[in-house]
Amino acid sequence: MNRTRLGEWGVLVLVWLSLVALFGMLAERFLSMATLTTVAGRLPGLAVVAAGMTLVIIAGGIDLSVGSVMALAGAVLGVAIVQGGWPLAAAIPVAILTGASAGLATGLLTVGLRIPSFLVTLGSLEICRGLTYAVSGSQTLFIGKVIRPLVQPIPLLGIPPTVPVALIVVIAAQAILSRTVFGRHLVAIGANEPAVRLAGIDTATPRVAVFVLSGALAGLAAVFASARLGSADPNAGAGLELAAIAAVVIGGTSLSGGTGSVVGSLLGVLVMATLEAGLAQLGASEPLKRIVTGGAIIAAVAADALRRRWEEPRG
Amino acid sequence: MSAGPVVLRAAGLSKAWSVPVLREVSLELEAGEVHVLMGSNGAGKSTLAAILGGLIRADAGAMTLGDLPYAPRSRAAAEGAGVVMVLQEMNLFPGMSLAENLFLDRLPARFGLLDLAELDRRAGVALSRVGLGDLPPRMALSRLGVGQRQLIEIARALDRRLRVLILDEPTAALSARESDLLFEHVRRLVREGVAVVSVTHRLDELPRIASRVSVLRDGRFVAEHLGGNVAPERLIEEMSGRPSPQGSAAASPPTGDIVLAVAGLERGSRVRNVSLDVHAGEVVGLAGLVGAGRTELLRAIFGADPAAAGSVQIGAGHARRFHSPRAAVAAGIGMLPEDRRHDGLLLGQSMRVNALLLPGQPRARGGWIDWAAEREAAEEIRTRVEVDCTSVEQPVGELSGGNQQKVVLGRWLAAGCRVLLCDEPTRGVDAAAKGTIHRLLREFVDRGGGVLLASGELAELRAVCDRVLVMAEGRIVAEFQHGWSDAAVTAAAFGSAGRETVAAGDDTEQPGSTRR
Repeated sequence: MNRTRLGEWGVLVLVWLSLVALFGMLAERFLSMATLTTVAGRLPGLAVVAAGMTLVIIAGGIDLSVGSVMALAGAVLGVAIVQGGWPLAAAIPVAILTGASAGLATGLLTVGLRIPSFLVTLGSLEICRGLTYAVSGSQTLFIGKVIRPLVQPIPLLGIPPTVPVALIVVIAAQAILSRTVFGRHLVAIGANEPAVRLAGIDTATPRVAVFVLSGALAGLAAVFASARLGSADPNAGAGLELAAIAAVVIGGTSLSGGTGSVVGSLLGVLVMATLEAGLAQLGASEPLKRIVTGGAIIAAVAADALRRRWEEPRG
Repeated sequence: MSAGPVVLRAAGLSKAWSVPVLREVSLELEAGEVHVLMGSNGAGKSTLAAILGGLIRADAGAMTLGDLPYAPRSRAAAEGAGVVMVLQEMNLFPGMSLAENLFLDRLPARFGLLDLAELDRRAGVALSRVGLGDLPPRMALSRLGVGQRQLIEIARALDRRLRVLILDEPTAALSARESDLLFEHVRRLVREGVAVVSVTHRLDELPRIASRVSVLRDGRFVAEHLGGNVAPERLIEEMSGRPSPQGSAAASPPTGDIVLAVAGLERGSRVRNVSLDVHAGEVVGLAGLVGAGRTELLRAIFGADPAAAGSVQIGAGHARRFHSPRAAVAAGIGMLPEDRRHDGLLLGQSMRVNALLLPGQPRARGGWIDWAAEREAAEEIRTRVEVDCTSVEQPVGELSGGNQQKVVLGRWLAAGCRVLLCDEPTRGVDAAAKGTIHRLLREFVDRGGGVLLASGELAELRAVCDRVLVMAEGRIVAEFQHGWSDAAVTAAAFGSAGRETVAAGDDTEQPGSTRR
């Protein structure tokens, strides 16, 4: 882990803490268990999707299909439990596998046909949404109590079990990225694929694998979302890809690939979630919330761009 | 040849980035001179040229152009004052026509509509200024090779009323013939009273072009020579501050086993029925004009652009065709690509990551990286190929061209490949690093490896190769043993292209052009 990266994380933590402090002063009830529970409920899904998105973007791709893949995995989960009567322990892996399979298809198409992942996932976004409607009969599936334990706050902590699961995923993804040969290859491919190929490295496998990971994590997010709502909504996850990309970018990952971190994306998720919760408590209207969130994304990216320009070395 | 009026005067120019790169440099440019700046990478010559050209601003010092103070705030401002810099990294648009590339910033218009006839006319004039007058102005730039693109870039500058022309390694990507053409134009400009500043690494060009040679080292001028006839050894010493390292050419004929056997290799129009052998202990050179197919041949052998027919055999392995670099690397071939920044390196990554990029090179246990072992391995490579970096964690993008190339070379040497394919291994590399790279290649073959080295620089082929093969239009047309003459190799390179092109009788035809 290099010093620059730790510095980036430090800045993000500071931004986050100042947001918490700001809202704490402005809204009386902000620093409360209720807020923590709300944020902790929404956070894990976006955090794991952003983790997968980070790896995809670092490897030079993008995955626009995560929202639809999540809805599809949710529908499969719902159908398995509600109509199939499957136990949760069997339905969850199937949901994750569903996401992974969608990712595998995306990855194989991108690599095999040499089509930019932006275009492939633009297509699979629609396909997976269509499949979701087909699987669920366009109906919201009420899963009910079976899945509630996942979101029951752990006594004393006030956070549901999904939070530590998401944290473990983020830490594992960061470890894969910065401490394994696979992770190094992802970074290298994102930085300069021709050079990696000319070094005799198999670039196809990591490029496919990263989409499988992203899909699987969208599947996991579907489990989280279904648990939170107690149901599987075929319209779930609309716009999720944009929220995830925003978090990734705020977290310091370059959209052009080759550099970034999963922990940064988690901090990006935290910043966005805190902003959203804080504005809600201040009674901000929906239009205002959206405008402020959008402004925050642009501000984050602009700050990053300015910093890079400032530090730019001369060759 | 000198003693024209002073056109541009610079005094006490200093510039520091993280470290000082120029220290109180003063310079007087006279009308009608070609002032060549030489120096190792990092000596400050490109920085000095960039300050003159308005690309960057000096921290201290002043300049005057004619009698007026000259402090350009931008490249455009410099050009407005008649100081034009042709950049090493070309700023052209492959998807647009030649004419549009030439006049993008001043497209002729009538009533707000593009005046295509006028554009064609002006482009025709501009193209003929660089000897490309027979190219249709509406042809897409993407159909030209690198060498011709450089001429377009220069043509763009030549169109203006020039007082000072700054060339940053103008011939790095040009064939000998294209260089000649360029020099001819430079000489014409000089006769017209233009002052030319040229940054170059190519010692063999000096006698043909320079009226003054200044040597920069560590941001200061350390020597100045009038005229271009300076002993190369002396310049290398001045640039490096050390006695010149010699790439020693072996005299013994090939005796080792064949490590690379290429038979009947075919790919498109640039690789036609190529057969060749490289023995253990041998550096075989590939000469030829730009577009003769040298790069394409190396890439076809390596599987980067798979061959359509023919075979490649490594050592005692079976004859096959490589369909990916991965297969070639596994069989023991390494490649130093022509464009190391784009095809060889991860510029933002550390020297360590770059040096250990090859399959099996990252030090890991069960997939997890072992940092201590990595650092040790990287240090070993750093020592072995003499990379000058602050630490193995320094990003390679911050290293000089020569050190970057050493990292790529060190990677293959450490991986223990048997055959190295080198495409212009010392382009844009300073003279000292060049000597080191040549020495390392000789050491590699002395240990039983074989090297196939493509170069447009005859001096390089002479310094390091045991044999030279000459390519023209995708074929190997001649082979020369030790003791060849430049004239013979050049003649062979032009020989086969000559039938159609030289017959045209002027210098507007470009052998090896991409128009085929």
